[in-house]
Formats: sequence, structure tokens, C-alpha cells
Amino acid sequence: MKPETLLYAKTHEWIAVADKDGAKIATLGLSAFAIEALTDLVYIELPQVGQQVNAEQPFCEVESVKAVSDVYSPIEGEVIAVNDALPDNLETLGSDPYGAGWVAKIKITDDAGLANLLDHAAYQKQCEEAH
Amino acid sequence: MALGTQTVRIPAMSTLAHTPLHDWHAAHGGRMVDFAGWSMPVQYASIVKEHQATRSAVGLFDISHMGRLLIDGPEAAQFLDSILTRSVADMQPQQIRYSLVCNASAGILDDVLAYLAVIDEEKPPGYGLVVNAGNREKIVAWLQQHTANYSVEINDRTNDYAMIAVQGPKAIELLDSLTAVELTSMRYYTGQIMELAGVECFVSRTGYTGEDGCELICGADLALGVWEQLYDRAIAIGGAAVGLAARDTLRLEAGMPLYGHELSEAINPVEAGLDFAINLRGRQFVGKEAIEAAGKATQPVRVGLQLEGRRVPREGCPILRSGEEIGTVTSGTYSPTFGHPIAMGYVKSTASALGTALDIDIRGKQHTAKVVPLPFYERGK
Repeated sequence: MKPETLLYAKTHEWIAVADKDGAKIATLGLSAFAIEALTDLVYIELPQVGQQVNAEQPFCEVESVKAVSDVYSPIEGEVIAVNDALPDNLETLGSDPYGAGWVAKIKITDDAGLANLLDHAAYQKQCEEAH
Repeated sequence: MALGTQTVRIPAMSTLAHTPLHDWHAAHGGRMVDFAGWSMPVQYASIVKEHQATRSAVGLFDISHMGRLLIDGPEAAQFLDSILTRSVADMQPQQIRYSLVCNASAGILDDVLAYLAVIDEEKPPGYGLVVNAGNREKIVAWLQQHTANYSVEINDRTNDYAMIAVQGPKAIELLDSLTAVELTSMRYYTGQIMELAGVECFVSRTGYTGEDGCELICGADLALGVWEQLYDRAIAIGGAAVGLAARDTLRLEAGMPLYGHELSEAINPVEAGLDFAINLRGRQFVGKEAIEAAGKATQPVRVGLQLEGRRVPREGCPILRSGEEIGTVTSGTYSPTFGHPIAMGYVKSTASALGTALDIDIRGKQHTAKVVPLPFYERGK
């Protein structure tokens, strides 16, 4: 996926929403900026398929040598798929954060949280200001 | 996700102190963070690569943030002997000693290195004290409070000098190329003044990584030139500049306590397992009675813990045995050398035997851990 076409949470998750059989499916991952800032990843705990997630609540975690970070979902829904290849290939998060490094797919039940997301330009600006 | 301290950028109006090497770090990708009031590089790029460079070749560390005090005057030795858990009066020139400063109830105020400093052959020797950055003001005040009966002068010389650690299996080879002194003839925990990289430096065979190496103290205004010469040579032999994050993973693998984690005013030297840094016999110093009493009581014990899997226990994680909480993690990391999580913590003495199976509660989930010998890492093994 092209980073320019994605939506971003202030907490550094990206999200792409697609319609499938009348349902809205969100693919969620971690931004390149976040991965670069974390460095030295050692572990990701994926959510469970079937798990309910609530907007702006942590639903999985990623750990680096230095610290553990919660991953938040910007929307409410149900996890319908997880990237099982990720835990043993953490480098994918850095090498292809918007493609093979996706984390989970969530079937959206309430998309109100989408309104709080940033487009690529606004997210870039946030990251630059953090520097 | 919350990115924690790693993305805390120092604001432009920052009042943080800068070491003489600050601008070099910032210009070389150092991620500058607030550490004890100093703007310090937590890492340059990869913590694991900096760690491995130190274990396999050589790491350069700016440790100028550490406090450097000079204790001078005719009764400097007697004065320090009334404060430090370990006597300094019998120290020989060039000798360095690790010691603790305790309060009257044996709580650890700091862990320090004491250096015998023969500055002027005509006068009694002074002592250098290197203290933790976060404890510097507290220790200076503590020392000042206890000077009444002694002819002694306490000078905080931190800002006059820079301090650089050169650590790793190639550290001595690197330093040898910059000085005429035969460094391999220097014993561990000794130091001397020498010309190094064209500059007068105090060079000691000390460190905080579990590797061979030295720590250098030189004039603040000369530090950049020394650092750049060290850096060019280090890079050529597979070394790296190393930030505070890898300094922490290195010391943790080496089983070394860190103030604010394994050491604090709530912990006494007996629990911390630092008996080697205490001389009780024939001496009087602040905290002595309380340390003696602690030695007779049943105390929690500082232990090393090893875990399977990849989830990392962090400071504050509860340690359990059969569901009962029996201790707390004080430091934990993923060990770059061993490829699994390691931790130190305090547990009840009945749960401290090597091989004891325990559980660590990491954010609500229990993970099996085993008590293992400290240090986790010993060079040459």
C-alpha cells in the first residue's frame, strides 16, 4: 500500500479501509516512523482472531530492547485476521511497514474513530514536529 | 502506540546540561534524551549493534555526566573513612576502590569510585570521587553536612572535565596506539595520569560493561579532540559510539547494579550483595551499625533471572512462587548476547537458591523464570 493513501492515528498506527461483502474491513499496521523510533524490536504479541477491539484501546503490544509499547485500534470492531508471519520476521515491520508488515485486519462495527485520524500529510507534520 | 522516552526530543529552550561532546552526539545521529538533567545520547542507531560492537570490538561511551568530586585537605582520608563503607586510608597511589555511601539506617545513597589523587607530591593526597549523575547534588550536600570535624575541602569539578569509557576486547589495543604507556601492565582498578591522544588524561582500568577497557578523564575543552581520535580508530576496528541504552544492557548482562534500580535508599548493601564493598572491622562510618544489624537479619536477596520466550520483564514486575508474591524485578532487558530476556530483582531469601523456578508477572501474564548465577555474562567464557 502507498503510505500517501493511508490514514494515521496520532499514536502511530496506520489504517486502510476497504469494503468487502458489504462490511468495512480495516487493515492496521505500524508507521515507518514508529518502527524507526522504536528500533531493536524483539517481540510482537498479535491479537487473537475473534477478539473485540474498542476505539483508542490497546489490543496488542510490540516490544523493543528498551521498552514495550501498546498498539491501539482507532476503531471498534472484531479482529478477523492477524499476520501470523510477523512474530518470527519482525524485520518485516521495518522493511515493508505498509505491506507485508501489516498487523491485523478488523471488521469495523463502529467507524466513528475514523474521523479522528490524520491523512498522510498531517501525520508527517506531526512526526516532524516531534523531532 | 506510545513510543515512550525514545521519541522525547529535547525542546529548544531546554535547560538540560550538556557534556563537552553533546554537539558531536547530536551531529552523529545521537537520540538525545533527558538523563538526570543531562542531554545524553540514548542510542545512535541500533542498541543491539552498539551492544555487540562493545562485546566484539570496542565501544566508546561519553560518561561526562557522571559527577567528579575532589576531596582535598589534610584530613581528606579520615573524612572519607567516616562516610564510605569501605576504607580509603590505606589506598596506594594509582589504586581505585568501589564503595558505597549509606545513610544512618544503611540505605544506599550512592555507589561511587574513590581514586587516590596525588596531585602535589608535597601535600597529603586528595581523593577523587566519581558519583552517579542523578545523585551528585545529594552526595555533595551529604559530604558538606559531615565535614564539621575534619579539615577537608569538597570541590565539585564535574564541569571542568569530560569522561570517556573505552570498553571491549579491542579497547586496550585501541588505547595503546594513542599513548606511550604500556596499558596492559596496568592492573584492573588502577589509574594514572598519562599523555593520551596528545592530551594529559587520567586513565583508569575500570568500566561498567563486563569487558576489559579503560575510563579516561580529561579537560573538558580537550575532550572532543580525544573523542574524535578514539572514534576514528574504533570505527576502523569494528567499534562504535555507544549510547546509554546499550550501556544499560551491557551492565545488566554483567550483573552490575544500577542506582535507582538495584540500589536505592530503601536497599541496604547486604541485600544488594555488595559485601565486598564494606569493611566493618576497626572502623566507624555512617550506617555501620545498621549494616551490621542487616547482616544478622534475614534479607531479600538480589538475584539474576532468566526467562524463555521473548516477553521482557521490566522494573516493577512482581515475582511470584506458587502464586505468592515473593519479590520484584528491578531491571530487565532482552539480552542481545544471549537472545533471551534477563532480569535482576530482589526475592525472599528462601526463593533465591540457584535453579529455583519462579514466575514473573509481565503486564498481567505470568511467565516462568529461573534463578541463575550473576553475572549473566563473563568475558572469556
